[in-house]
Parts: sequence; structure tokens; C-alpha cells
Amino acid sequence: MKKRFHFSPKKLLVYLCLIIGAIIMVFPFYWMLVSALKTTAEFNSYPPTWVPENWFNMENFKTAFSKAPFVTYFMNSVIVTISCVIVTGFTTILAAFAFSRLKFKGRDVIFSLLLSLMMVPFEMLVITNYETVTRLQMGDSLIVLIIPFISSIFYTYILRNFFLSIPDSLYYSARIDGASNWKYLWRIMVPIAKPSLVTIMLLNAISCWNSFLWTLLVINSDDFRTLPIGLYAFMTEGGSDFKLQMAASTFTVLPMIILFLFTRKYIVNGVARGGIKG
Amino acid sequence: MKIKLEGVTKRFDDVVAVNDFSLEFEEGTLTALLGPSGCGKSTMLNMLSGILPVTEGKIYFDNDDVTDMPPQKRGVGLVFQNYALYPHMSVLDNICFPLEIQKVPKAERIEKAKEMARLVKIEQYLDRKPKELSGGQQQRVAIARALIKNPRLLLLDEPLSNLDARLRLEMREEIRRIQQETKVTTIFVTHDQEEAMSISDKIVLMKDGYLMQVDRPQALYDEPQKLFVANFLGNPPINNLEGKIKDGKFVLADDSASVKVDLKSAVEGEEVVLGIRAESVGVDDDADFEAIIKERFTMGKEELAILKLGNSELRIYLSSDFTHKPGEKVGFKLKNKGVFLFDKKSGERK
Repeated sequence: MKKRFHFSPKKLLVYLCLIIGAIIMVFPFYWMLVSALKTTAEFNSYPPTWVPENWFNMENFKTAFSKAPFVTYFMNSVIVTISCVIVTGFTTILAAFAFSRLKFKGRDVIFSLLLSLMMVPFEMLVITNYETVTRLQMGDSLIVLIIPFISSIFYTYILRNFFLSIPDSLYYSARIDGASNWKYLWRIMVPIAKPSLVTIMLLNAISCWNSFLWTLLVINSDDFRTLPIGLYAFMTEGGSDFKLQMAASTFTVLPMIILFLFTRKYIVNGVARGGIKG
Repeated sequence: MKIKLEGVTKRFDDVVAVNDFSLEFEEGTLTALLGPSGCGKSTMLNMLSGILPVTEGKIYFDNDDVTDMPPQKRGVGLVFQNYALYPHMSVLDNICFPLEIQKVPKAERIEKAKEMARLVKIEQYLDRKPKELSGGQQQRVAIARALIKNPRLLLLDEPLSNLDARLRLEMREEIRRIQQETKVTTIFVTHDQEEAMSISDKIVLMKDGYLMQVDRPQALYDEPQKLFVANFLGNPPINNLEGKIKDGKFVLADDSASVKVDLKSAVEGEEVVLGIRAESVGVDDDADFEAIIKERFTMGKEELAILKLGNSELRIYLSSDFTHKPGEKVGFKLKNKGVFLFDKKSGERK
């Protein structure tokens, strides 16, 4: 006998709500993609068409690329994101280890102070950070996009809590066998914390990739624009051809969508754990 | 290696966990640190391994003063109660880890690890992760990892408490076998008297941070020097009767019955506790005391009987050819072995 799905009315309602929610969430992306694939005539037709005539119409992408240096933007985004993720990962691991395993005076007080700093909104830091980089005359450069984001209290907090859940006996056992703190951290703790660490790095990558306000503020020249800023500039400077904007947008979000599809497990895990979207 | 403790004391703030320990562990022996939970036995072990610093006193390994030596220099192997295996490494990598830290060449350490695996009989699991092993197998891996660096001293913290009853029997024999094959001086912590009695050469019995008695298991059972020692060892537990010495006899505190005993150093009028092991009473016409049989339980080769002596009760073993029925009054004689008089206040043996 074939297995059948049995839907109670209640379950049906729940699924209906979920499906509607999913459609609402996915629709903007769909519309963006579809618009980017349309010809001018198709785009302007009324009522709008739901599917493009040609799924492989690359015309808008080509035009968008010719009008602005998206390859440069893309490379800048990649460089900034990868540097941020690696450096933040490194500082987070060291800080989390210090706050969970090393014993020093005032450790918990310092950590509480750091945690309380999380209440300071990012927008407020932007102003003081801006002051700092202008006074240091660091101006227009990729390094300015990286430096303010090389440590994170939130990720340190998540990782510290994970480190605390690793039994003390592992540490003592390694110490008796002659392992140094450094060796223990990289040979034992980090491999055990890998799932947590991957989640942290992914969340960090997404927030770096999407970083907007700070980049908008400090970057003036075209050479150092990242994708979101490039896209923003393209929209304001490149006229109001919406299908070109849609093509550029598609190009901007695509890497993150791909990243999400491959690492969904880790991201959902991280969001559920932290209770905060990265 | 011989280990010597001289006045070793450990204080945590105001709490004294280990109080003025002076004793020696002989080379190549298996010693149990035995005592109820919270008696300081794990603290003692951690001081030997170097994880915990001592507050006062000295620890010597052979003639070296290791009191202030960091753990990694002491050459000890430690097996934790939860085994502390590294979950992300295979069994082989786990066993190799101490040698990896010592930068022993890979081929050499794998060969050594295989040798250890053979010793503890886990050769077939080398590629597995710890969580794919049973508790007993994990225990074996932990022992192999502790032994691979040829420690001068092997320490085991509650090695059997995380295992089920059947595995516990098997593993305690294994620990004995491994210890005898490697001849490594071994100290293990346990709260289980049977475990300590069955495999150790010597038992260090502790209570509330104090050393109660150190002796061979049988000697500890046969000649307890303190009431606590007599109470802690033996199953069923020893019968304790409180009373005093009157007219050269032991008389229960409420005067309801008396027992003829060898007074040793006890004097007339002194308040004492009479300890009688369950197997130390026999039926005899030349009776030391008379008691009423209250109940009888068949145990197979023998019987457990509850006797009513005055207003107190005694649990004793009787041979199954014993014919008296419950309710009868019978005369009993104490054997030479397993009957002790203790001072009521100090708990010291008379």
C-alpha cells in the first residue's frame, strides 16, 4: 500500500501559512531575477509578465558590467570579506580561550564590561571610528574597511560559551602529557569547536559582505568600492534603468545565496543559538 | 618508583581537604585511595599528578622532590573518571598524543601505540572515534594513552565508576593484569570498598581529609584500628553495639543484655562500641551471649539471621544446617576473628 500523507485541518493551516510566508520571502528575489532577464519591451509591458521570454537573456548583465566596474567591486568585496573573516576568526579564538580557560585577575569583570559594550549601537561607533581613521589619515583604502571589524564581542561570547562546555579533564589531560596552552588550543579545542567556529565565520562573512553604512562613509573613490556600495552608486549615478539595477543586484546577492545554500545547516544553527541574525 | 609524602596538606580557603599526610607508596604496587565521597582522595590524586599545588608538605618521587614540579615534568600518566579522550581524534591519534607532544617521529609513535593497544586489547578499534566505543573500551584507550609515555606513576581517578556492573568486574581484573604486566607503580581512587579490596596491594583509607589506616586489604579487614575502618569495610556491614564494661563483661547501654568478650585494654566502666562481623558468631553450648532468633533468610550456602540481643539487633551468618526456629533463644559464641572493641569517644581500637 502506498504511504499517504494525512493532513489534519490544523496542520493544513500551518502549512498554508508557511507556504504564504515562504512566497512572500522569495518573491522579491524571484522578481529581481526575472526583471534582470527581461528585454525593455517586456519590462515595460502592462500587465507585467511573470516569466521572461528568454531565460538566458544576458543583455542586461552585459550592459550593467559595461557601465560600472563590477568586477573591481566584486574583488574588493571578496578581499574585505575574506580578510575580515580570517582575522576576526583568529582574534575571536584567542579571546574566547583567554576568557574561558586562562585564569587571570579581573577576567570576569573585563568580560562583563566587554559584554556591556554590545549595547552600544553600531551607528554610534561609526562616528568615533570615522574620526579615528581620518585623523590617522587612512582615508580611502581597503584596510579601513577591515580594521574596525577584526574583533567581535558577540562571536567571542558564543565561542567562549562553547569552550566552557568542554570538560576540564581534557585540558588537564593534555597538560599532563606536556601540551602547552597554545598547542592545546589549536590541537584540541579548535577542532572540537569547529561547528561553532564555522557558524561564526559564516555569520561574519554575511555581515561583512553586506556591510554598507561604514563603507559608504569612508570610501569615496571607485577603486575601493565594495559590491553594495558599487550597486548603490550605480543606482544613483547610472540612471533609472531598473532592469540594469536588477541585474546588478542579482550579481551582488548571488554569492551569498550560493553560500547560504551550501552552508544552511551551520547558519540556521548559529542564528538559533545566538537568537540574533548576523 | 617509590613515592613518599611528608606532611602533605591541602587547604581550599578554610576547608582542609587533605590533612597532614605522611606515607609511602612502594615501587611497582597497586594502591587504592579509598573513602567516602568528599574525603579528599581525588584531591590527593590531583596533588600527586601536579594539577593541584600542595598547601604544605613535600612529595618525593624516589629521591626527587617534585612538590613544585609542573605536571608535564613529573612523568605521570593520569586516567580521568570521564576518560577525557579527545572526541575529534581517532583512537590511534588519542593514544599517540603524548608522544606527538614529545615530537617522537610518527612511525615510532604509531608502533608504540599499537603495542599499547595490544596490551589493553583494543587493536581492532584503532580507527574509530571515542564515541563509537563502549565505556569499557574508552577506559582501555585512556589507560593506553596514559601508559604510552612510560610514566613513572600511573594514576586512575574512579576508573570503574562510569561502567555498568558486569564491565566493572571485567575492567578491575584488567587493571590488575595491566598493572602487573607493566609493573608500573599505580594509585587509583575509589569509593567502592569491594573494588579496593579485590585488586589492590595496599589500601589507604581516608575520611574527611584524614588518614584512617594504611594496610593490605585483608589486614585492614581483619585488624581495623578505628571504628570507621571497621564500619567502612565488609558486606553486610559490621554489627555495632554500644555499651560499657561492667563486671568484666560488655553490657549494652540500656542494660538489656550482656556479652562475654576479651577486654583487651578496655577497663571497668569504660564506654565502648563492640563490633561483631556477621561471620564471627557461631552456635555453641559454651555461650558468650544468648539471643533470640528473630528472622532467617536463606542465601544458598549459608543463612543470614537477625538476632535480638536485649533491645539491639545483630545480623549474622549461620550455616544452613542450623535448626533453631525463629522465636527460640539460643546461646552463641564469638569467634576470635572479627570481634573488636572500640573506644566510644575516639573510635580507637582497644
